[in-house]
Amino acid sequence: MKLWHRYSGILLPILAVAALTLWPVITGKPSNRESAFTILKAVALASSLNILLGYTGYVSFGHIVFYGFGGYVGIFLLTEKDWSLWTAILAGGVASGILAFLLGSAILRLRGAYFALATIGVNEAMRAFINNFELFGGPTGITLNFSVYKTYGGAAQALQTSFYIGAGLALLALLTSYFVRTSKFGLGLLAVRENEDAAEVMGVVTPNAKTWAYVLSAIIPGMIGVLFFFKNGNVEPHDAFPLHASIELLVMVMLGGQGTVLGPILGAFAYQGMRGYLVTSDFFKDIQLSVSGVLLLMIVLFIPAGAIGWLRHRIPLFRRVLA
Amino acid sequence: MTILLSLQGVTKRFGGLQALTNVTFDLPEGQILGLIGPNGAGKTTLFNAINGVYPPEEGRIIFRDQDVTRARPYHHARLGMARTHQIVQPLNELTVRENVMVGACFGHENQNLGNATVIADEVLAFVGLTSRADQLAGSLNVAQKKRLEMARALAARPYLLLLDEVLAGLNPSEIDNMIQTVLKIRERGITIIMIEHVMKAVMNVSDRIIVLDYGQQIAEGSPETIAKDEKVIEAYLGDPKLAEQLLEEE
Repeated sequence: MKLWHRYSGILLPILAVAALTLWPVITGKPSNRESAFTILKAVALASSLNILLGYTGYVSFGHIVFYGFGGYVGIFLLTEKDWSLWTAILAGGVASGILAFLLGSAILRLRGAYFALATIGVNEAMRAFINNFELFGGPTGITLNFSVYKTYGGAAQALQTSFYIGAGLALLALLTSYFVRTSKFGLGLLAVRENEDAAEVMGVVTPNAKTWAYVLSAIIPGMIGVLFFFKNGNVEPHDAFPLHASIELLVMVMLGGQGTVLGPILGAFAYQGMRGYLVTSDFFKDIQLSVSGVLLLMIVLFIPAGAIGWLRHRIPLFRRVLA
Repeated sequence: MTILLSLQGVTKRFGGLQALTNVTFDLPEGQILGLIGPNGAGKTTLFNAINGVYPPEEGRIIFRDQDVTRARPYHHARLGMARTHQIVQPLNELTVRENVMVGACFGHENQNLGNATVIADEVLAFVGLTSRADQLAGSLNVAQKKRLEMARALAARPYLLLLDEVLAGLNPSEIDNMIQTVLKIRERGITIIMIEHVMKAVMNVSDRIIVLDYGQQIAEGSPETIAKDEKVIEAYLGDPKLAEQLLEEE
């Protein structure tokens, strides 16, 4: 029981991801696997965004730029330079990390709405740039040669492998999130979130803390991007930098509870579940995004701390159990 | 006597407003320096200049033999300077203990989380907030928030502590408590500069007092000389009778 109390903060998230990974394995249905992959991807992206949004308090409306950019770099190396999937995924993560480092040094001086606006600008600028960047195929993007999948045991096996990598990345994302949350570095980030000026006076080297939080929040999205577009078979600007996906990520983090480890995971489950229902229903399929918009509005108005945050506020026991 | 902090001709302007003019003093280790003056005299601005929030336009600030005139506030903190804010700045969504741990983790001792927890509990006991340790800082009342400010600053185990009106807004018994706390801090060998409006406190506690008026140092000396100084009476106390009254209270 004592151990449970001590480690429940990390065990609950791990259990959630493990259950999600096992679900298609047990049922053996490819369609379940695809649904699970979508949720795992959302878990990884939302948990990463949470490091910046939830822990540091900086709202990034364009976080999908790291997914798109990392994806492009990885797919380019995979197709044009014959890199393996593993090294391409790593390269995608590194590329996004470097991009975040350079961007962060410039735009993390901005606060509040100004930072949020800058992140939208960055995403749109990147899309426009890639659209005109011939090396990355311009507007048509890069298409994978089907023979690439042979290296990974054929298309069907490649999909299966991708799923396990996706689960691994989701796990990596939540472990990162947990270790940041419970580290001294994380305490500095929380101080920045609560009051940046006071944090600075207490000795938190705010420019460094913010930049590293930004870098950490960008690496896994870059890796997920490579994986997704590998699985997808091609990458184009329109798919790589969808602004609405950025906003959906915000909804997930806010819904589950920003600044908690479990919150974004819960948010990703709930949001993807809802989305899956909406896009297949006759009435909602075209206005699925407006539902997210309304949802975001409701959260901000009524439960700004999100589900997990709300529980932690109300019930002291959860403060110990839920990280 | 070692000089811990030295200000040389510190001048700060906000647009056309001359907030500080040529402020110069040396602060030896272990001393309590009281900083008084009417509202808007530049006392808090002087704190902000000393700890890097608003670097001065002219002059130099030397802390522990380092020129910190243009350094950022975290640099000061890392060198061993800590402060409280006149308008309390709690980290609302963190617990009281976590608030204090931030001070210990990022101060000049650069403690790890484990040690910081121990220090935080020690300091919370010292300022009398132990029972509130697991509460969110946002839920404290003003007096408790003032103590939290103090605890955070102390957890850094600073060489120099800047106290900005820690008594303002407290009731008489809370004030007595806080004065006792300040005296106990001094016993630990920490050098203090305190801004204070509560005359009884500042006169009792300070070794030396500097009076600011419109950003200028108009007087400096022991509490007794300050209370008798004509210029101070005119600028700050306004009423000579009030000054006498204050001295009688001593």
